[in-house]
Amino acid sequence: MSAIRPRTLFDKIWDDHVVERLEDETCLLYIDRHLVHEVTSPQAFEGLRMSGRRVRAPQATIAVVDHNVPTSDRRQGIKEPESRLQVETLEENVAEFGVPFFPVLDPRQGIVHIIGPEQGISLPGMTIVCGDSHTSTHGALGALAFGIGTSEVEHVLATQTLLQKPAKNMLVEVNGTLPPGCTAKDVVLAIIGKIGTAGGNGHVIEYAGSVIRALDMAGRLTVCNMSIEGGARAGLIAPDQTTFDYIEGRPYAPKGEDFDRAVAYWKTLPSDPGAHYDTIVRLDGSEIAPMVTWGTSPEAVLPITGAVPDPAEVEDEATRAQMQRMLDYMGLTAGTKLTDIPVDVVFVGSCTNARIEDLRAAAAVARGRKVAANVRALIVPGSGLVKLQAEAEGLAQIFLDAGFEWREPGCSMCLAMNPDKLMPGQRCASTSNRNFEGRQGQGGRTHLVSPAMAAAAAVTGHLTDIRELV
Amino acid sequence: MQPFTELTAVAAPLPLANVDTDKIIPARFLKTIKRSGLGKSLFAGLRYDDQGGERPEFVLNQEPFRGAEILIAHENFGCGSSREHAPWALLDFGIRCVIAPSFADIFHGNCFKNGILPVVQPRSVCDQLMEDARLGANARITVDLGRQVIVRPSGEEIPFSIDPFRRHMLLHGLDEIGQTMQRTAAIDTYEAARMSAKPWMPTISA
Ligand code: SF4
Repeated sequence: MSAIRPRTLFDKIWDDHVVERLEDETCLLYIDRHLVHEVTSPQAFEGLRMSGRRVRAPQATIAVVDHNVPTSDRRQGIKEPESRLQVETLEENVAEFGVPFFPVLDPRQGIVHIIGPEQGISLPGMTIVCGDSHTSTHGALGALAFGIGTSEVEHVLATQTLLQKPAKNMLVEVNGTLPPGCTAKDVVLAIIGKIGTAGGNGHVIEYAGSVIRALDMAGRLTVCNMSIEGGARAGLIAPDQTTFDYIEGRPYAPKGEDFDRAVAYWKTLPSDPGAHYDTIVRLDGSEIAPMVTWGTSPEAVLPITGAVPDPAEVEDEATRAQMQRMLDYMGLTAGTKLTDIPVDVVFVGSCTNARIEDLRAAAAVARGRKVAANVRALIVPGSGLVKLQAEAEGLAQIFLDAGFEWREPGCSMCLAMNPDKLMPGQRCASTSNRNFEGRQGQGGRTHLVSPAMAAAAAVTGHLTDIRELV
Repeated sequence: MQPFTELTAVAAPLPLANVDTDKIIPARFLKTIKRSGLGKSLFAGLRYDDQGGERPEFVLNQEPFRGAEILIAHENFGCGSSREHAPWALLDFGIRCVIAPSFADIFHGNCFKNGILPVVQPRSVCDQLMEDARLGANARITVDLGRQVIVRPSGEEIPFSIDPFRRHMLLHGLDEIGQTMQRTAAIDTYEAARMSAKPWMPTISA
């Protein structure tokens, strides 16, 4: 029966969390961890209040402010009234409903998807949700983690469950060895370039292969983070020794004997040999180059050695029109070498690339160099703890000496809900995950890159092949 | 939630693929703590110029599409963020049904929670329906969830299918949380079993 059917990592986590099987495959699924932030939660708490419901499991819930917070002069509070209202509303809601909370001046405050793994709140085998699509990040630990809407936030707050249908399984295998200069960001951009932004729709992606195994936890988090840009609601990487070593000793991780028991369970999670995948995609890691997006969709991506593509060479009329629209918005001309594109702003930050490893990679390029004239470059650490560590390691000083701005943690220019915004027409090399029109500020133009590539663009003033700088 | 049974309305053609949630409602309009009032910011980047004036070429700025209750688009509608502000903005504008060849998963789920019906149809059918929609006020399209058919202005019927569970919830405007609360005993049982199977499971306190 089902006990002997080989199962994927996804299947195992799913089966382990089914409270009840309802009609037509819909399951009532138990949720182990619920992460809450200020933008997608106010209407959910309001809903609870209106129907007289309480939070069922506050001890499985953690709230933090990240999207709206300013990344400078924190102690003076938030000037923008609407942002302040959202933050204050969360503060009132967590107090009223008894939800654990990292307030803005707590050193543990940071981007919700950075602090979950950092604190040991996100663990293998768990179901983890958050009213935020980049919840896929936590899948790097071998957890089933996915973004939900505000109605579902309310549903989880009230019941600690969700009504869900199982996703299809997709295996993305990246074998070979990454060439020098290539990072996890380049791997995931290459994957999205291959499968497209709708490629993963309806699927959970499991990443495997020698390139993925060789990534450290920061790199794995980067890859899983952008699963949503590939259309998948969740990404997964089987837990292994890298995972266990990363978790051990984190504040909310199990300790001592509990840790050993947990590891014994986590070791049962990887996919069984012969498990079924609905879709399989393979990439040769040795062929990946440093990547950069040229358009307003993450799939509009090319190796940095390429040139802006020409819509005239595209057959399908709708695709051609869409490409032309992208070039118009981005202010680019077909045929321009990508390395000839100048930048105005550089942003190193976001839940994709604001961990300490990302800052080290950017600092390695910035060390002893200067930010180009006319370029504004920001470093926004993913959490207060990342910031403190970067200061202790001397990275902050390297950035400051090179002319970068050293900011307080938060989402910042990833989506420009706080004062860090691009001006219309400004062009930015960004380590974030979305290059949609207006994402970093109305009229702003985004090129997605790795932290090293972002730092390289900052010091040269144009998109740059990192391999020429090291 | 308002039930969705049958809708006969003007449909607006939006022949774009990968319409992302930032396009549906840009992040600068998310700083609300309410569900209502987002309709005026729907598609703000496409609908208004830099001075806030309407762009006459955008479909929702044209008659009769200002009153459209159905939207027809191309592939992967609603990709990007999980923000429910996207369906809230559509709903607040008056859109109750979106027809497209495919939808991004989270957006698709969010629609059902807000009484919006997302209908999947092949690209060729969407293009046909867009042609119908361009005929304007005299060419209303009917979407009948009970019978699971779209009725073209010509009278031709196009079948579609929706998960029985979601269809039931939508037809009756049922509150999912209320439904789940009736299963509290099952959740209690699960939690007790989980406690003994995973005694190492840590709890969070700030
Ligand atoms: S850093 Fe960007 S993508 Fe990540 S949670 Fe914040 S806004 Fe979303």
